Amino acid sequence: MAAEQKNRADGTRRRFFAQLAGAAGSAALVSVGVSLYARQARALPPAALRPPGALGEERFLSACVRCGLCVRDCPYNTLKLAALGDSVATGTPYFMAREVPCEMCTDIPCVKACPTGALDHELKDIDQARMGLAVLVDQENCLNFLGLRCDVCYRVCPAIDKAITLERRHNERTGKHALLVPTVHSDACTGCGKCERSCVLEEPAIRVLPMRLARGEPGRHYRLGWIEKQKAGGALVPESLPMPTRRPEGAQ
Amino acid sequence: MNTTANALAGATRASSRHGLAAHKWLLMRRATQFAILALFLAGPLAGVWIVKGNLSSSLVLEVLPLTDPYLLLQSLAAGHVPYTTALLGASIVLGFYFLVGGRVFCAWVCPVNIVTDAAAWLRTRLGITAGRSPAPATRYWLLAGTLIGSFATGTILWEWVNPVSMLHRGLIFGAGLAWFIVAGIFLFDTLIAARGWCGHLCPVGAFYSLLGHVALPRVSAPRHAACDNCMDCYRVCPEPQVLRPALKGAAGSTPLILSPNCTNCGRCIDVCNKDVFRFTTRFDHRSECS
Repeated sequence: MAAEQKNRADGTRRRFFAQLAGAAGSAALVSVGVSLYARQARALPPAALRPPGALGEERFLSACVRCGLCVRDCPYNTLKLAALGDSVATGTPYFMAREVPCEMCTDIPCVKACPTGALDHELKDIDQARMGLAVLVDQENCLNFLGLRCDVCYRVCPAIDKAITLERRHNERTGKHALLVPTVHSDACTGCGKCERSCVLEEPAIRVLPMRLARGEPGRHYRLGWIEKQKAGGALVPESLPMPTRRPEGAQ
Repeated sequence: MNTTANALAGATRASSRHGLAAHKWLLMRRATQFAILALFLAGPLAGVWIVKGNLSSSLVLEVLPLTDPYLLLQSLAAGHVPYTTALLGASIVLGFYFLVGGRVFCAWVCPVNIVTDAAAWLRTRLGITAGRSPAPATRYWLLAGTLIGSFATGTILWEWVNPVSMLHRGLIFGAGLAWFIVAGIFLFDTLIAARGWCGHLCPVGAFYSLLGHVALPRVSAPRHAACDNCMDCYRVCPEPQVLRPALKGAAGSTPLILSPNCTNCGRCIDVCNKDVFRFTTRFDHRSECS
């Protein structure tokens, strides 16, 4: 009698633990699966730009609750929410410069709409936004580089003569004309994408790239002599340092 | 008196209620679900901006912020401290469901409920009994798993796959392939696990059930003495384990359904032909003899 009772209790206990293990195990499996999927799926394609004021991509995905309030307050329908199957993290806001660029509203309604801070409310001046950086990626097909006067990217730039300037160069092909080369300056370019949108080519020669792709990074130990000189208020080495004269072997 | 239990739930329904009245709470629930959806859709479809955003976070009449607290908890676990707007929005939602019962969200607001209710209905109609449900506690483990996963990956983890927000967001902003996830849940609930998603797996529902311990409105079974064991309520209840203590509890125990997993859907009230159940408050412990 007692043994039978004990057996029954054992069976119940065993069932209880089996069920517990099953529940915990399957939950762990799903959690790990979703985590792995999240790791892979969070890569943002280079053409997709985040709204102004967006935190860095890693932090953005910890902060954005995917509510779409920024999308709703964008007066130009620039922003959209990624649907499942788009290559952008599902439900997060983005825009494609070639389709609809950012119009750089001075009151920045999208940033104000963000309830969580995924779009940083510290951004008060849209000129300080850094959604990406325009890069003239194709110097072979850019009409200005061919010596023609297209200038469209320069003309449409909201920060004309600051974010994009036309730099004069000699036209080696004709030998007597100038090239006016569109040149982007990272200290003024907000990455709004108007240049990419309006490039007259079939595929734009100028594109807004995310910062991580658009910018190089000098070695941390690099020092630019002329800047160090300016900082120090004078040359750091004696102006006339006696240097040995080296000539090719046998030369006089 | 008709005391034989028929195969289909509701088949023994008393003649006292007919047609619409026999589905009073179901209809009210559907009306609420669609009304909430309509409020969200009125903006994008008709330009009437009463509510902006979606269930994850929204702004009502340009002043009242509402934010999903479970989502915000994952955001915190992922290492982000949200702005006051979102924290305030989450507090309002928390407070509301604390009063009315967390899983009221599941039965009266969540769009996936319509999908899983349809699946449960179809499963009953087709007489499918095959398949196996995961343990009901799986959802709590999954709730913990998503929080740990959010911490580990630094992202709001469940949002990568959450069918609740995907369906709701999909209806308002465009769904893409999210329909496949919804279809998957429908098939899972129909063919594999009875009430599998909402009752066993969904961590959103699990989170909201944690807010159900002091809910004021509760379903009670004051006329449990009249129960003729037809089992109709067990068949329609999305969380049938909550019924037993109220219906068949020891003499003198409360007839209230106090389990935090009761979604206050009222299906038992609709289906019972002995009028055993009714809505009341958690302070109403009265039982009637009949």
